[in-house]
Amino acid sequence: MKKTMGLAALAVMLACGTASAQQINVKIGVLSDMSSLYADIGGPGSVAAAKMAIADFTKDHANVKVELISGDHQNKPDVGSQIANQWFDVDKVDMLIDVPNSGVALAVSEVAKQKNKIFIVSGAAASTLTGAKCNANTVHWTYDTWMLANGTGKAMVKTGGDTWFFLTADYAFGHALEADTSAVVEKNGGKIVGKVRAPLNTNDFSSFLLQAQASKAKVIGLANAGGDTINSIKQAAEFGIVKGGQKLAGLLVFSSDVNALGLQTAQGLSLTETWYWDANDTNRAWTKRWHEAGAAAGKFPTMIHAGVYAGILHYLKARLAMGPGEHDGKSVVAKMKSMPTDDVLFGKGTIDVTGRKRHDAYLFEVKKPSESKHPGDFYTLKATIPASEAFRDPKDSGCSLVSG
Amino acid sequence: MFEIFGIPSNALFGQLLIGLINGSFYALLSLGLAVIFGMLNIINFSHGAQYMLGAFVAYLILQYSGLGYWPALIVAPIIVGITGMIIERTMLQWLYKLDHLYGLLLTFGLALIIEGVARNLLGSAGLPYTVPESLQGGRNLGFMFLPNYRAWVIVASLTICFGTWFVIERTRLGAYLRAATENPTLVRAFGINVPLLITLTYGFGVALAAFAGVMAAPIYNVSPQMGSELIIVVFAVVVIGGMGSILGAIVTGFGLGVIEGLTKVFFPEASNTVIFVIMAIVLLVRPAGLFGRRG
Amino acid sequence: MMEQRVSDPLVDPSATPPSALRKQSETIAFVVMVAALIIAPFFTYPLFLMQAMCFALFACAFNLLIGYVGLLSFGHALYFGWASYLSAYAAKTWGFTPELAILAGIATAALLGLLAGSLAIRRQGIYFAMITLALAQMMYFFALQAKFTGGEDGIQAVPRGHLFGVIDLRNEMNMYVLVLVIFLAGFLFIYRIIHSPFGEVLKAIRENEQRAISLGYKTDRYKLVAFVLSATLAGAAGATKAIVLQLASLTDVNWPMSGEVVLMTLVGGLGTIFGPIVGSFVILVMQYKLSVLGEWVLVIQGVIFVSCVLLFRRGIIGELANKLRIRL
Repeated sequence: MKKTMGLAALAVMLACGTASAQQINVKIGVLSDMSSLYADIGGPGSVAAAKMAIADFTKDHANVKVELISGDHQNKPDVGSQIANQWFDVDKVDMLIDVPNSGVALAVSEVAKQKNKIFIVSGAAASTLTGAKCNANTVHWTYDTWMLANGTGKAMVKTGGDTWFFLTADYAFGHALEADTSAVVEKNGGKIVGKVRAPLNTNDFSSFLLQAQASKAKVIGLANAGGDTINSIKQAAEFGIVKGGQKLAGLLVFSSDVNALGLQTAQGLSLTETWYWDANDTNRAWTKRWHEAGAAAGKFPTMIHAGVYAGILHYLKARLAMGPGEHDGKSVVAKMKSMPTDDVLFGKGTIDVTGRKRHDAYLFEVKKPSESKHPGDFYTLKATIPASEAFRDPKDSGCSLVSG
Repeated sequence: MFEIFGIPSNALFGQLLIGLINGSFYALLSLGLAVIFGMLNIINFSHGAQYMLGAFVAYLILQYSGLGYWPALIVAPIIVGITGMIIERTMLQWLYKLDHLYGLLLTFGLALIIEGVARNLLGSAGLPYTVPESLQGGRNLGFMFLPNYRAWVIVASLTICFGTWFVIERTRLGAYLRAATENPTLVRAFGINVPLLITLTYGFGVALAAFAGVMAAPIYNVSPQMGSELIIVVFAVVVIGGMGSILGAIVTGFGLGVIEGLTKVFFPEASNTVIFVIMAIVLLVRPAGLFGRRG
Repeated sequence: MMEQRVSDPLVDPSATPPSALRKQSETIAFVVMVAALIIAPFFTYPLFLMQAMCFALFACAFNLLIGYVGLLSFGHALYFGWASYLSAYAAKTWGFTPELAILAGIATAALLGLLAGSLAIRRQGIYFAMITLALAQMMYFFALQAKFTGGEDGIQAVPRGHLFGVIDLRNEMNMYVLVLVIFLAGFLFIYRIIHSPFGEVLKAIRENEQRAISLGYKTDRYKLVAFVLSATLAGAAGATKAIVLQLASLTDVNWPMSGEVVLMTLVGGLGTIFGPIVGSFVILVMQYKLSVLGEWVLVIQGVIFVSCVLLFRRGIIGELANKLRIRL
């Protein structure tokens, strides 16, 4: 009896001892656009998602202590770079996440590489982050331009939209989106019947839309983003384009954009996203908690926010698996790539050698106002694109990390 | 159907009409700026933000009172015009005896505040606002499909523009205004309340901007940055037209809208910069602007 | 009527202290500043200080035009940003060593300053400001479209390189010394301009251009030279920044950047020598520390603008100088 008690006491002591020896401390920084264009798709909502991820993880793993800070890069690469440098050097941040705005993301990716830390991109779209400009410290979650082009392009051609007209924003991003989508459409048997380039931040698309209408293409691809997309969709409704039988394909549209347009204007729009808040009960429950975690009421979480949540969870899993002590960025990212991902929002997935997170993507169509049962009920699911097809094959990426 | 320079005529006329519509917005906004500058010698940098406010107030009116487009077209400019008058009374009036550039800096700061507050309150993505029932749809003109709303835009702006021009150039009230700008002391000696006149003028200019905003709400994205994107182009328009000239602002606004529309057909990549290029040329040839008065 | 100089000029010269004290106060302030900049990197994050110095030089260059010639340029980002692009491109794609890359940037800014200046100088006052803004906006759209600027992505991963082929600028201290040298050189150059016969003519033009013309000065030429100098120095700031932060982006040529330099100078004190420097440090610190109040950044900047125009027209250094009756 005494012996077992003694042994039990010893066991408890040892357990306590090893528990404190297994303490893992990490510091995470959410760098987003808090005050400007992308505040709705990222911004404070990303911080709320981060808090949820940390709470959910540390609930089950008491030996992991996570400190969270957040910052506003104001859509300026200089500011983003400066903050990233400071966070890594002075504030001892281990992992930086989010960063909508590809220009800032590229800058931060470079900083993460130089300091050998970790950067998980949720907000930005540029596929070069896992392509020509890839590095061993960066993971690209949520989405990218290749996936958008392929998701929407291929799925629409397969559902009958085989003639396309492109309305492209005249800058590198728009061109890339157009080029990627054209390639997919043609590869799947579709035809490009015309295209027109509009300057960035064009207010009035009427002349371009008239050309699109005249082309009689089955699908009008909007290779633009943000305000340009919203304006083109709004004005397309004015000109009765969708009513006239042509389909509008938004190549980069978020649920917050649909919210901004209103269903009356956006109905019938086709788009691809990798997460939708109203897709199932799990997502809806998560959204409720997201609001409680500090996100603004009346707004709905975007796939970016979901990506921040899932990205942090996977990072923490990898860190836990590596045990306490110092681990440099490259090795943690390598660990993250070696472990398959699994979370309540994105389900099962993987991170490939280029840092590209692969998960299913979904082609949605915006509902008619009459079909919408409650606020935020935006989409009808049209097709699911499995992870193996949704994202670019590493062989085609141009990334230096791909051997052979 | 025939072709001009390789573009089918119906496309060309369609684009001209659209250019006229764009020009309506340029004209309305530069009119407001010209009125304020002509009368007050203040560059109203917050004009773009006040245009945005017009659209936002229209949205809020719809949200909270259910009143739609037609009431908003009158109520929103009045509300925003009143805020303009408050700005003038509390802040701008102290700057008249200083260098004109302070007025520019103040209104620039105000623009930042207005845009920032709008963004915080209502988000950055934008707000939905649809074309009113009575103006939905359109008619096929043979060479293009003209949405009814766009036709309304042209008619309304032409009316307001020439109405304003008429009041300022051809009525007694306008005469008082113009006299008060030239020589406020003398006009005051005649018993006319010059400060009140100035306040009302600023309020009117701002209301014009807000009016343009309400007109824009159904067809352009209602977002906090909708004004700042437009305002620089409008400044170029005003410089081309001649800063203090009412008629200059109107004619140049419509004219440049048409030129921009044509550029979108023949050389779309340049449609952003064409107005600035024209501005540079005009400055070389006629520094005072096309309708401006020197000195 | 619109371009008549009003009785109260933009810069208030009423606080004119006795000359001996003035010379001393400026020298003392200069020594304090240099000393502060030398010990600062041991207490504050050097990268931040380097960025601040670039912006300080930018603001000083802008102030040369507004404070001493009375010309408000609302499009100064044009020179800052394009110099930044050329410097980044030269260092990354042409493989220039950093000093040559920066020189390439400076040359670009000077050329653009000449072209823009000759167009803008034709008007005064408000018109001048509007023209500079419009020209800058035109070049912003050009930057957006041009292939070599990288458009939205900008030019990234610019190498720090080896100064003169030998000194490794990836060493933060080496880079800091270079930036400090460039900043001080620019500052002293501006000081020299202001306190020279040329500078006196500029100030005369600011006070009363008609009188200067009647005295026989070809004021347009003086204004153009001042403009080009201001643009060149702004370019030096931009070119250096590209090497420090290793990137050049659209933000550098966009009009909010022009607005920011106006804000920095206004807050610090228009027409004072040290004002722009203090103003730029204050604004930058705010930008980073106010991350906490993230959503309110724009509003706060606007409020500062408005309060400075209405209440603190002299700016921080201006008020300080006025209180102490010295020149700063």
